[in-house]
Amino acid sequence: MQLVLEKRAERSGAIALVSPLIAIGLTIVTMVILFAILGKNPLLALHAYFIAPLTDGYSLQEIAVKATPLVMIAIGLSLCYLANAWNIGAEGQFLIGAVAGSWIAVKTQGTDAGAWVLPAMLVLAAAAGALYALMPAICKVKFGASEILTSLMLVYVADLFLDYLVRGPWRDPQGFNFPTTAEFDPVATVPLLIEGGRLHLGSIIALLVVAAAAILLGRTIKGFEIRVVGAAPRAARFGGFNANQLTILTFAVSGALAGLAGIIEVAGPVGHLQPGISPGYGFTAIIVAFLGRLNPLGILIAGLFLALTFIGGEQAQIAMKIPLDVTKVFQGILLFYVLACDSLILYRFKLSFPNRQVARGTH
Amino acid sequence: MELIEAIILAVLAASTPLLIAATGELVTERSGVLNLGVEGMMIVGAACGFAGAWLTGSVFVGTLCGIVAGTMMSLIFALMALGLAVNQVATGLALTILGVGLSGLIGAGFVGERITPAVHLAIPGLTDIPLVGRVLFGEDGFVYVSIALVIGVWWFLYRTRAGLILRACGDNHVSAHALGYPVLRIRTFAVMFGGACAGLAGAYLPLAYTPFFIPGMTAGRGWIALALVVFSSWRPGRLVIGAYLFGAVTILQLHAQGWGIGIPSQFMSALPYLATVIVLVLLSRARSGGSTAPAALGTVFVPDR
Repeated sequence: MQLVLEKRAERSGAIALVSPLIAIGLTIVTMVILFAILGKNPLLALHAYFIAPLTDGYSLQEIAVKATPLVMIAIGLSLCYLANAWNIGAEGQFLIGAVAGSWIAVKTQGTDAGAWVLPAMLVLAAAAGALYALMPAICKVKFGASEILTSLMLVYVADLFLDYLVRGPWRDPQGFNFPTTAEFDPVATVPLLIEGGRLHLGSIIALLVVAAAAILLGRTIKGFEIRVVGAAPRAARFGGFNANQLTILTFAVSGALAGLAGIIEVAGPVGHLQPGISPGYGFTAIIVAFLGRLNPLGILIAGLFLALTFIGGEQAQIAMKIPLDVTKVFQGILLFYVLACDSLILYRFKLSFPNRQVARGTH
Repeated sequence: MELIEAIILAVLAASTPLLIAATGELVTERSGVLNLGVEGMMIVGAACGFAGAWLTGSVFVGTLCGIVAGTMMSLIFALMALGLAVNQVATGLALTILGVGLSGLIGAGFVGERITPAVHLAIPGLTDIPLVGRVLFGEDGFVYVSIALVIGVWWFLYRTRAGLILRACGDNHVSAHALGYPVLRIRTFAVMFGGACAGLAGAYLPLAYTPFFIPGMTAGRGWIALALVVFSSWRPGRLVIGAYLFGAVTILQLHAQGWGIGIPSQFMSALPYLATVIVLVLLSRARSGGSTAPAALGTVFVPDR
């Protein structure tokens, strides 16, 4: 018995819609098995993961807060992936954005700098993220160096650079030697939407980004170019679309969005620059992008769902002593199922029994 | 003299996991498959290798556990990328994300534990020769295996019919299929070999390099191994040079940190990663005329029966 793929005459629209749901279902089944292996009650664990965070206001806000960077980064990555440009260094661009924006916050600390501080931080962070993403993009376009490897290597460099800054020149003198900057001044902090809550302005920015991406992809020539270059490179060449130019553009946009997400995280929920500001947002955003089928609205939903797993994972750890790594395993398995189910859109899976039939070819 | 010997030994030790993992990936890529999950397979190999060695008290059993774990991970990749024709880049990334999580889960119970590391060869007389004695005759088994592996892979790829067929699949899967070769089966074996090597390379870290396990201990070595394959132009001989050069950079920056030059340690630690970027750029630029990569690398193949 063997599995045979049969190409569909045209891509299946129905399956394109339900495939993420099938993937989530399969992931949950796998998780039940994993929980049972770990000796935890699967039903209680699922409740802690997926239901409990939805039942109180604080956790709901926290989900939106966690989804904010995921959605912003994933929107940028989806543009890259649609154009067949593989930026997997969003984590590094996130960190560099956080560093660049924090520079203004640190330098204006304790001065009477006015309301320009936060906007300046956001702009600088986006610019820094874009520049950091342009390095692998230019290496790819000019020299043909694999953007996958160079963008990933730069993640480690950004991580070490941030580490150096908060242990060295930017360390808070009153911080008891902890590697962190001082708390940012109020003018350098992203304002909260509800006084005393967790939800902040960044979530609104993320929604605007989703809307902008939807317009770009659905209503503009540039968006059309991006989709054609990725889906049909040959047709794009005949159409006179410049793939190299789009690689540069999509990398710059995704770097800017990751950088923006970085400073919003630091100047928002965290409040100061320190190592470990990201629980792997840049990598989880890759899953968000694919789970959302590289579609802006899909990414918004997928971002909220993965944020739920982060919060649920923390609650499951507190309530049931389930290790936090289970969340990463969950996310990895989810991505596998998402990709496998996507294959269903283009192919029909068939089991063939070569022994009972006349041998067909050499497969 | 002793310092030079110590440095050579340290370079060999730092290079060995890179060489083993890159050799496996080279075979995978030569068959036309790009498995970006080396880092994930390595880290799972490290966790399972340590767990196996700690539970049984045997480094050898631990090593086998690492190899089996790496192979199992690569089978997931093969099922997805070859069986279901999923994009290889995305599948490789998924494998790494899954591997990092799994290794944390498996290794959580073993953090802080220690084992007796792999024994080093000791031949009375030979091992005591100054300068070269310990380098040639006093290494642990992994180092000798890594050399044997590269020679074996070179011989296989260039001197056997099976190796020729494997390269044919990597250069033109349609022609290979038309000639009647089972492209997907050959590629599955190549992916499994890559996984076994990545698992072995991962197991080396907690079993010989440091005698304990820490989460994330591969620290990007899997990605560097991928870059080394590009560096080598997909040739085993150049892979050896690349891996040892890379090990030398790693050790040099460690020593430089110890000498107390005024450069912050984080900048020195970033050197291996920056070196990878620079080497990739220089090499790609030098090769701008034509690519040396296997022609079908990373492309999906669905046999049309």
